[in-house]
Amino acid sequence: MCLGIPGQIKSIDGTKATVEFWDVEKDVRIDIVGDEVEEGDYILNHAGFAIRKIPDEEVEETIQLYEAILQGDEAEGLEEIGVPDEELGIGGPDER
Amino acid sequence: MSDSETLQFRDPEKADRLTERLQTLMDEIGHPVNIMHVCGTHEQSIAKYGLRSRLPDGLSVRMGPGCPVCVTNMPEVDEAVALAEDGKIVATYGDMFQVPGTEKSLADAKGEGADVRIVYSASEAHEIAEENPDEDVIFFATGFETTAAPTAAVLTDDPADNFYVLSAHKYVPPAMELVAELPETDIDGFLAAGHAAVITGYGIFEEFVEKYETPVVVGGFEPLDVLLALERLLTFIRDGEPGLDNAYRRVVSEEGNVAAQDRMWEVFETTSGEWRGIAEIPDANMVMREAYADHDARKQFDIAPDVGESDPLTEQCICGDIMAGQADPDECALFGEECTPQNPVGACMVSSEGTCKIWLEYGGQPDL
Repeated sequence: MCLGIPGQIKSIDGTKATVEFWDVEKDVRIDIVGDEVEEGDYILNHAGFAIRKIPDEEVEETIQLYEAILQGDEAEGLEEIGVPDEELGIGGPDER
Repeated sequence: MSDSETLQFRDPEKADRLTERLQTLMDEIGHPVNIMHVCGTHEQSIAKYGLRSRLPDGLSVRMGPGCPVCVTNMPEVDEAVALAEDGKIVATYGDMFQVPGTEKSLADAKGEGADVRIVYSASEAHEIAEENPDEDVIFFATGFETTAAPTAAVLTDDPADNFYVLSAHKYVPPAMELVAELPETDIDGFLAAGHAAVITGYGIFEEFVEKYETPVVVGGFEPLDVLLALERLLTFIRDGEPGLDNAYRRVVSEEGNVAAQDRMWEVFETTSGEWRGIAEIPDANMVMREAYADHDARKQFDIAPDVGESDPLTEQCICGDIMAGQADPDECALFGEECTPQNPVGACMVSSEGTCKIWLEYGGQPDL
C-alpha cells in the first residue's frame, strides 16, 4: 500500500496517465503530482497516484552526493553540486 | 530511471565504504546508538538487503510506528466489518483484508458472504461505485499521507453520490512526537519516512528537531539511501547537533508536494485518536471535514459494530511495544508459533510492512 514505485509516462489523457513500470503499463492519476508532467517523464507512483515527478538531474545529483561523502569530504562535495548548507538544513538550529 | 541507475543505489562496493564510515563514526561517538525509522518500506529494505549485519556493533536500527495497517485501530476494522455485514460493498487495500478486528476481519466477513473487494487505489474504489450506482460503496481508507492525499484527490473530484469513505488515515509527525516523549524509549535519532516526506516536505520536521533536540534525516529506500541516511544521523550525533537533513533528494523537497497537501487538508482535519496497541495520539487521526459529510461513511450511516469476544491470544500480542521501539518481534511468545502470516494474531504479522511479518519472512532474525 505504501510502496512508492518509479515509472515512466507513456501517454496522458486528462488527469490520467498510462505509466510503464518494468514493462507493465498501468493507469495512474496525475492530478496531485504537483508539477507539470509530460510523456517520457518519470514519476513516483503511490497507490495509483503519481505523487512526485522525478527530475533526471536529481538522480545524478544523489549519486554525486554518495561519491562526495565516500571521499570523506562532504562539505566540499555538497558545494560542488550546488547545495548550500542552509538549503540542506545541515547544522544546528543556530546555523539555520 | 534506467536499471543501471537504479543499480547504482545497490553498489556493494559503495555500501562497504559507507559501512566503514559508519564504523568510524561509531568509534568516535563511543557509546551505543539507537535509531528509529518509521516506515515499513525501510524495514523491508533493511531486512531484504541484510543491512543490519553490515552495521557496526552498538548501532541499533529499529522500526517504530511505521506500518499504517498495523496502527489502524481494532474498532476501525470493526466499523468496516459492520458496514460490509450491513450489505454495503466495502473496498479496501489488500493489506487490510486480513487484519483482525475485535472478532472478525474483512476476510472473515467476505467468507460469510459480505461483498468485500480489494483495490489498488482510491480511484479504483470509486470506479466500483460508478459501476454499481444502486449500491452503497464504502472505501475503507487507510494509510499515512501518501494514501490520504490520493483519497482526498478522489473526494475533491466530484465523486459519485454512492461513494463513501470510512477514514482510518493517520498522520505521521504527531506519532514521532509521542514516541520521542515515551520515557521507556531512548532514541538518539530518527530516520524519517521518505515517501510521506514527499508529500509533507522535510521542512515539517524542523520544529521536531528543535523541540526534542533529536536529529532527523529523511531517507530513501535503496540500500545506499538507507546507509547514507544513517551516515548523516551518526554525524549529527557525533557532533552533538540536533540537525535536520534530507538524504532522499531525488524526490523529497523542503516544502513537499504542495498540490497534494492542499487537497489533503481540504478534505481532512486531524483529531486525537487511538493507534492500535500504542496510545491515544493527539492530532494523529485524519477525519473528514464537514464540507465532505455527504461522503463520510460515519456521518451517513449508523455504524454500530456488534462485536463479540476478542481472541484471548490478542492480550499477549506485543505489536504495540514493538512499534514503540521497546521490543523486537522475537521477544513475543506468539511470534512464529501461534502467530504467523497465515494465522495472524496481531496486525504486525498481517501487513507486508509489519515488523513481525518482515522478520519472519527473512528468517526471524533479518540480520543473520
